[in-house]
Amino acid sequence: MKLSLRIWRQKDRNTPGRFVSYEVDGVTPDMSFLEMLDVLNEDLTTRGEEPVAFEHDCREGICGSCGFLIDGVPHGPRRHTTVCQLHMRFFKGGDSLTLEPWRARAFPVVRDLVVDRSAFDRIIQAGGYISAPTGSAPDANAILVPKEAADTAFDAAACIGCGACVASCPNAAAMLFTAAKVAHLNSLPQGQPERDERTLNMVAAMGREVFGTCSNHGECEAVCPKGIPLEFIAALNRDVIRAAFRRRREPLHVIGAAQHPAHEDVCESNSAQKESST
Amino acid sequence: MAATEAIPTTVWRTNPVAALWSTMVGKKVVMAVTGAVLVAFVIGHMLGNLKIFLGAEAIDTYAVFLRTMGEPLVPYSVLLWVVRIVLLTCVALHITAAVQLTRMNWAARPESYDTKQSIATTYAARTTRWSGVILVLFIVYHLLHLTAGRVGFRAGEFQHLSVYHNVVTGFSVWYVALFYVVAMACLCLHLDHGIWSALQTLGWNDARSTPLFRALSRVTALAVFLGFISVPVAVLAGWVR
Repeated sequence: MKLSLRIWRQKDRNTPGRFVSYEVDGVTPDMSFLEMLDVLNEDLTTRGEEPVAFEHDCREGICGSCGFLIDGVPHGPRRHTTVCQLHMRFFKGGDSLTLEPWRARAFPVVRDLVVDRSAFDRIIQAGGYISAPTGSAPDANAILVPKEAADTAFDAAACIGCGACVASCPNAAAMLFTAAKVAHLNSLPQGQPERDERTLNMVAAMGREVFGTCSNHGECEAVCPKGIPLEFIAALNRDVIRAAFRRRREPLHVIGAAQHPAHEDVCESNSAQKESST
Repeated sequence: MAATEAIPTTVWRTNPVAALWSTMVGKKVVMAVTGAVLVAFVIGHMLGNLKIFLGAEAIDTYAVFLRTMGEPLVPYSVLLWVVRIVLLTCVALHITAAVQLTRMNWAARPESYDTKQSIATTYAARTTRWSGVILVLFIVYHLLHLTAGRVGFRAGEFQHLSVYHNVVTGFSVWYVALFYVVAMACLCLHLDHGIWSALQTLGWNDARSTPLFRALSRVTALAVFLGFISVPVAVLAGWVR
């Protein structure tokens, strides 16, 4: 079958982009959407044109690399499906589709349909971990986890960080992503020691990355390829309130030797830096 | 030394309200709590209005009661003023948080989509900001109209504490009554999204209770709408005169 595509083309972050129309022929129903774009790119390459850049890795719907809007819906019209798992049998020959990258201040377009999602990495870095001694694997039953808590954590951990929630949100909020990452660890016994710290730090990171706020539209839930529900956002809100009310004292900051590096140390590190830079 | 960029750490205030206000989620919590106070007021106000159907004496006595309640512990009309000040504070906080959050949301998507479909959101959710703006204008008009008697009445027509007389005279002007009905439609939309949204923001719902809360939100919004418009409609229809 034959399709008309209107694709956002943008050379790099600083060059303004525009839509360009393409015709793709020889599309078969068993192709995935990305394979259809591969066909287009092969055609563009043979004609000496620049291929359309899109992100992809596993093509199994589990890595979270791919994603763009098809006719105004992140990951296209099928629910619980990433674009790599979206097959062309759900489209008709002669369809004309608009492909557009995620749009959010926190997700600058790198090229064509590729956006920079490192803002998500920085939210994870702010608290998406537990501090535990490593070593040999502990006994499976050493820490008992209630079944429902394990299921909740597992459902939350299904988030692949594709960014469709931000893309679909009228406010470009990263609440569903952050809620999933917070719920993943906050619902497990292993996550309890750092629970309040984690919640507050990840929410603060979300604000620093200039994501928007939640207006409870539910668009994120509708496009999430992993079907992460809105209730996780309620749980995040609950945890934020809990964390704010449980803080009774600030840790003491005693200005001691540790905070005041000796003069020689500073000079040493300065000279070391100079050496490495030359 | 490794060239890893340190993650900036936020110093959290121990005062929970200050800590919350410094986050986006916390500002939403402020909106939810102040909204809850205002919803409670709106329901009480609506129930009070229905006394008009019991006759002039019933509602006029009720108006006096609102000023004498708490006596002799608190002097005449002091408790009413306390309630008014609390409500105005809630309105101010609700609007402040709404403006700040809206500005954050607009900043988060500087470039809008060429093609964007809404899948899950409702008309009420998408228009919450604008129904809120209309409600602010309505509240100003309503206070000048039926509370202060400064607008919508001919000179000497408004009589303090003669609620029945004032309501019937005020709503006899059809476009004033129509404005009230339109404003209450906005309130209905605002509550349909707002009540559910407040419960979600406070994190009271889970998978089991979400449909229940959404239904509660809609039923409350419709009950408030029907309760409020019953008065101007009854006056225009001549059932109350």
